[in-house]
Amino acid sequence: MLQLENIIKDFGGLRVLDSLSLQVEEGLIFGLIGPNGAGKTTLFNIISGLSRPTNGQVIFNGTDITHFSPSSIAARGMGRTFQNIRIFKELSLLENVLAGMHCLYTYSPVAMLLNLPIQRQEEKVMREKAMEILDIFHLTGKAQRQAESLSYGEQRKLELARALATSPKLILVDEPAAGMNPSETEELMGEIVQINNRGYTICLIEHDMKFVMGLCQQVAVLNFGKLIALGTPEQVKCNPLVIEAYLGKDAC
Amino acid sequence: MIEFLMSFWQTYNTLFYTIMVHGMLALSIYITLACGQLSLGNAAFMGIGAYTAALFTMKLNAPFGLALLAGGMLPAFVALIIGAPTLRLSGVYLAMATLGFGEVVRVVFLNISITGGSVGLNGVPPKTELWHLFLVMGVLIYFFLKLKNSRFGRAMEAIREDEVAASVMGIKTTWFKVWAFAIGAFIAGIAGGLNAHFTFFLSPREYGFDFAVDILTFAILGGTGTFWGPLVGSTILTIMPEMLRFIGPYRLALNGLILVLVVIYLPNGIITVKKKD
Repeated sequence: MLQLENIIKDFGGLRVLDSLSLQVEEGLIFGLIGPNGAGKTTLFNIISGLSRPTNGQVIFNGTDITHFSPSSIAARGMGRTFQNIRIFKELSLLENVLAGMHCLYTYSPVAMLLNLPIQRQEEKVMREKAMEILDIFHLTGKAQRQAESLSYGEQRKLELARALATSPKLILVDEPAAGMNPSETEELMGEIVQINNRGYTICLIEHDMKFVMGLCQQVAVLNFGKLIALGTPEQVKCNPLVIEAYLGKDAC
Repeated sequence: MIEFLMSFWQTYNTLFYTIMVHGMLALSIYITLACGQLSLGNAAFMGIGAYTAALFTMKLNAPFGLALLAGGMLPAFVALIIGAPTLRLSGVYLAMATLGFGEVVRVVFLNISITGGSVGLNGVPPKTELWHLFLVMGVLIYFFLKLKNSRFGRAMEAIREDEVAASVMGIKTTWFKVWAFAIGAFIAGIAGGLNAHFTFFLSPREYGFDFAVDILTFAILGGTGTFWGPLVGSTILTIMPEMLRFIGPYRLALNGLILVLVVIYLPNGIITVKKKD
């Protein structure tokens, strides 16, 4: 589904990603871990088109998307969330999710101005869909509230809901459990499994090892921009390179 | 009573016309602000529209409707040309480009012969009638009402809130920003055409930087959360100097003081939208 070939990214003289090649198979929950500064978020930015690699290719569903704009990559079925939450704070929860559905709409500006039936029909269908998505995250009761009023954990969930609203084939999730308490994290794990069961492929960055090891079928470990290990959580956990660079002796 | 109303209207009809035109200008900047972009070129767009429409009626004897349409189209076209390169970038580039653009337009008006140079254009035929203003304002309000709850309006709000997040939702941010800017220029141009045909006289000085800032103040004072804000702001700011006439020479100082107070105590403008929280 997603194929990275020889990705290199330089910031000035600093090589942040070094000849990175990876493959994410359809249907997986794929984990990307590594110490701070390893290049995980940079890699997400490159995959979603927010930043261009110095060299290398990103292939998504057979298309080379390396030089596509973020919006056209999104329209091809890639959703993402951000490490520092980027919800639309002044919009309601429902409006946040509806904004995420932008590409699913088809009606034209003319239909908008004339209030044609296609517009009313679409708005109605989308609203129902949006409520269904909010329901996965137990947020339907707050649909009309302003997004800013949510708790930190709920804001993360809303962002995930909004990413899901784009109807993506692959969702990139950047540190979803950061700042959540243990019970919220637990709930989130359930929700991610639920999303995955609906057929969405998920690629996530996370520092909470319980979360990663419990969810992911495959894990890649980055250190200083290089892939140092790839495999099932069990394989990765006991890899000496990973223990030295990131997890420490007690992990295995 | 009727006599009183008649004389009231005679005295104040120009003020009313001005309120309507300023309202349109406030909406013209609102639509770019709604995409999170600051345009300081709307006074210049108004000027291009005013001169274009006036030249159409004066030199070509064109019907008023056609002249107005031309007065809207030319600024919109110019906006597409300026907007396409600058709006690909996020941030303050539009503000910078339009700031320079406003000066360029003023100097061009001053120096080419068809616009009458520094003398300006005199004797623009009085064609603007009350119902024209109501019609245009009505169409604009209808447009903004429809935009508000549509997918396009939501996309614009998303861009204003967070351009990067909007782009990864598949929203073509540049496309929206350029069109919002061009539609704003179109509205400003129409307002200029209407204005030209009741003030009879055009001068390059009217469309300079000062007025660009005035237009921005209309929107900021009224609040940019909904399109009603700029309309309220422009109405208040147009009436206020007249209301304050009684205090004589200090009226502009008081006018400024009121503005400062509003900005301090109502930082989001007079009309604020409150959602449940």
